[in-house]
Amino acid sequence: MKSGRIIGLSGPTVSVDLPGLQLYERVYVGHQRLAGEVVRLERTKAVVQVYEETRGLALGEPAEGSGRPLTVRLGPGLLGGMFDGLQRPLQALRRETGPFIRSGTDPFPLDLERSWHFSPLKSPGDSLSPGEVFGTVEEGAFVHPIRAAVGGTLASVHRGAFTLDSPLATLKEGGELFAWQERPVREPRRDIVRLSTSLPLVTGQRCLDFLFPLSKGGTAIFPGGFGTGKTILEQSIAKFADVDIVIYVGCGERGNEMAEILEEFATLSDPWRDTPLMERTIVVVNTSNMPVAAREASIYTAVAMGEYYRDLGYDILLLADSISRWAEALREISSSLEEMPGEEGYPTYLGSRLSAYFERAGVVACGEGTGSLSMILSVSPPGGDFTEPVTQACLRSAGALYLLDTALAHRRHFPAIHWGQSYSLYEQGLGRHFCAEVSGDWDPLRIRCRELLQQETALSEVAEIVGLEGLQDRDRLVMHAAERVRREFLCQNAYSEDAFSTPQQTLEKISTIVAFFEDALARLEQGEELDEILKG
Amino acid sequence: MRLAEHSYRTVAAIRGPLLFLEEVFSPRLGEEVLIVYPDGSTLEGEVLRIEESTVLVEVFGEPRGLDRERSTVIFSDAVKQAPLSAACIGRIFDGSFRPRDGLPMYIPERWEPVTGAPINPAARARPEQFIETGFAVIDGLNTLVKGQKLPIFSCSGLPSREIAAGILRQARLVDGEDFVVVFVALGLTYHNYAYYLAVLEGMGGGFVAFANLADDPVVERLLAPRLALAVAEDLAFERGMDVLVVITDMVNYCDALREVSAAREELPGRRGYPGYLYSDLASLYERAGRIKGREGSVTMLPVVTMPEDDITHPIPDLTGYITEGQIVLSRELHRRGIFPPVDVLPSLSRLMQQGIGAGRTREDHRAIANRLYRAYARGRDLRKLEAIVGRQGLPPRERQMLSFAEAFEERFVHQKGRRTIGESLDAGLSLLQEAEGEGS
Repeated sequence: MKSGRIIGLSGPTVSVDLPGLQLYERVYVGHQRLAGEVVRLERTKAVVQVYEETRGLALGEPAEGSGRPLTVRLGPGLLGGMFDGLQRPLQALRRETGPFIRSGTDPFPLDLERSWHFSPLKSPGDSLSPGEVFGTVEEGAFVHPIRAAVGGTLASVHRGAFTLDSPLATLKEGGELFAWQERPVREPRRDIVRLSTSLPLVTGQRCLDFLFPLSKGGTAIFPGGFGTGKTILEQSIAKFADVDIVIYVGCGERGNEMAEILEEFATLSDPWRDTPLMERTIVVVNTSNMPVAAREASIYTAVAMGEYYRDLGYDILLLADSISRWAEALREISSSLEEMPGEEGYPTYLGSRLSAYFERAGVVACGEGTGSLSMILSVSPPGGDFTEPVTQACLRSAGALYLLDTALAHRRHFPAIHWGQSYSLYEQGLGRHFCAEVSGDWDPLRIRCRELLQQETALSEVAEIVGLEGLQDRDRLVMHAAERVRREFLCQNAYSEDAFSTPQQTLEKISTIVAFFEDALARLEQGEELDEILKG
Repeated sequence: MRLAEHSYRTVAAIRGPLLFLEEVFSPRLGEEVLIVYPDGSTLEGEVLRIEESTVLVEVFGEPRGLDRERSTVIFSDAVKQAPLSAACIGRIFDGSFRPRDGLPMYIPERWEPVTGAPINPAARARPEQFIETGFAVIDGLNTLVKGQKLPIFSCSGLPSREIAAGILRQARLVDGEDFVVVFVALGLTYHNYAYYLAVLEGMGGGFVAFANLADDPVVERLLAPRLALAVAEDLAFERGMDVLVVITDMVNYCDALREVSAAREELPGRRGYPGYLYSDLASLYERAGRIKGREGSVTMLPVVTMPEDDITHPIPDLTGYITEGQIVLSRELHRRGIFPPVDVLPSLSRLMQQGIGAGRTREDHRAIANRLYRAYARGRDLRKLEAIVGRQGLPPRERQMLSFAEAFEERFVHQKGRRTIGESLDAGLSLLQEAEGEGS
């Protein structure tokens, strides 16, 4: 093991005189062995970004390289777990160190004492290629295929109960196969076959599913100032989305909110299966007061877990709240490295890092079936100003924009998605899918609904001047129908029965309103009084 | 541990509150140091950055009188710690924890680092116990719960002081118990400080005050809230008390941070505030909360006076992103003599849903709050139209919404004395019934 000592300290970055390190290698610094990552190498020193509180570290304390980059440990037991940005298990940490997080504790992320059941698919003498499935483990409602880390000929295979610290199989060539594996978090999987996206990811939010649908494997962002309901929308989607596994990343957000999520998810059940919601959820949380460097790492830790389950053939949704806090962590680290700043102090590589991150979403072929990783990331633009660098950088890669509007939120129109400014690039393709699967009316109704909302926007400007009473009857009818679309269709109370709407229910609801409008329009043209029609 | 005290006379440069020392052996990041002036007086400081053996020290206090040759810096080998004891209740300290009330310093039971440690999110208990502040507009529409952080966004000249004082005087827990108040004055004028002090002394429950007045050292403004929160955490989570932390004014805190950041030659962000303002504010605000299996709680009411009345200014903006809602004051309501002048539309309590309803406040609380809000929002919308076409130009139903909005401001938001939650909700209910009565 390489070792050296600390020669400089500045905020979360520590300089060490350790020779032979690699870029992004994991390093332990100080007597407490705080974890860090090499971010810069120079002739005489290496700069390490430390994931834990650096206060109290002294010059001359030891530093040690690990020879490996930052990794996650992947295997049965991730589901239902709650981890920090470095994949430290928070529940176990709480048992070990009490209610406050102390530096320098590094428990194994997966529960090594829990007993699992292994059903082998191969027998001794069979040959295995690297990555081949050699058996399965039941993880709650999921069948968790176990892939071989290395190839070879099987010498022995375990069957039945086991714990993660014991091997499942041995190889004739020597070596053992475990149920868990280790993956570098910053490296996307290269050995995959990407497919194009075509199936919808039903969120249960009428506004999203109908007007701005997201596809499995797609990416969306929702920017919104504070108080526009980002977190509630994100939580509703986490509860109801039609995917197998949800990974929720609390990136630099509030601790009390995470307590709320945990408590709520533990009591709710999965709307698509009859199991507790928590069993399909992984929570990665680095609240705003936890160290910034770990906040920067947290989204990568989460996506590495997502890719793991995706490659086992599941549909994964990664929700991050919020990517702005990640970008701010990046900025803080960049500025402590004294790098040349780009726009608003963010490093110039903000855009390329973000687009590379978005690119880790997608649909891949795995064996017979497919797996998908979709992403919905919230953005917290300062002052609610969407021209800021993080929103703009996200827009270059994201497939859908759900813009949360402060004025709508003040009117308590939730979800406060602005229908005029949001968009989805998946709309065309998914519209065809919904037309085929739900009803042929899907696309025509969507066009009609949009028209109504657009006409209302134009008319309300006129109404501001002449008053509602000054409008022509036909226009007043449009205003009335559009209001119904807004209040009955687009609004959805996250705390009621209405929090989830199936595509069928969504369609019925909008077709009722549109039918009412068409009918009223016809009656109006036959000379009936508008007030009479509206009294109904 | 070091066997002997390390003291140095190697000051290479002095820049504002920052000292650059050379040839320091084994300094720690965040280490507490004692600076001895040429005239023998002392001040505390903290190690900010270490490069090889050059150390950057921040001085907590007035750097006037320091020189390069004769000033001595003594290194303590430990990070800044707060002296904790139940004896702090009833006492007033300055921004460096020196008694301000003329009494001797107590003997601490234990010491803890002032920055504290983050609460493990898995150990947090959900805030859900209602706090009655006695103000209808807060209790009814923006309910405060135990463990929440809810800032007051004020504008210069508005009575944020009176509202904070009102809450201090009136706040009760459901079981009728009082709070222990930890009060932090940051950059306050003596006039304001004396006002708050009189309020604190007239309260039933105990208090601890940390006062950094307008002419006190700027760097201590960064330290005072951390000391106060270390005390609050100790009282809450070690001694089982319910603690209400009032910090006023956060703008002075952020300006102090900007001043120090500029002296450190850091890259400025929006409006010159450092890029880490969000994380720095979070390191204070996030210390509010409750912990599973422990008795006490830390509830926080920071006061933010929005510069230029602008809610998108970085300080209220970042505060709003961290805190669980905000109480926004309105100049217009204040001008019309309404107290408390809380503008309901942009105000919000994110944790309200858990704190209200049957068993907590009243079964019909949520319904009344929603109806009041919706009707008032509609009335406010119509005011714009009224400005163009005049009230007479509006149809009767809309005229009625306008009068509802006025009645709401004058009879629900405006109040004299304390209202219980029952009285607050009844006031709202009767307004709604009147409006409906006229409508039919």
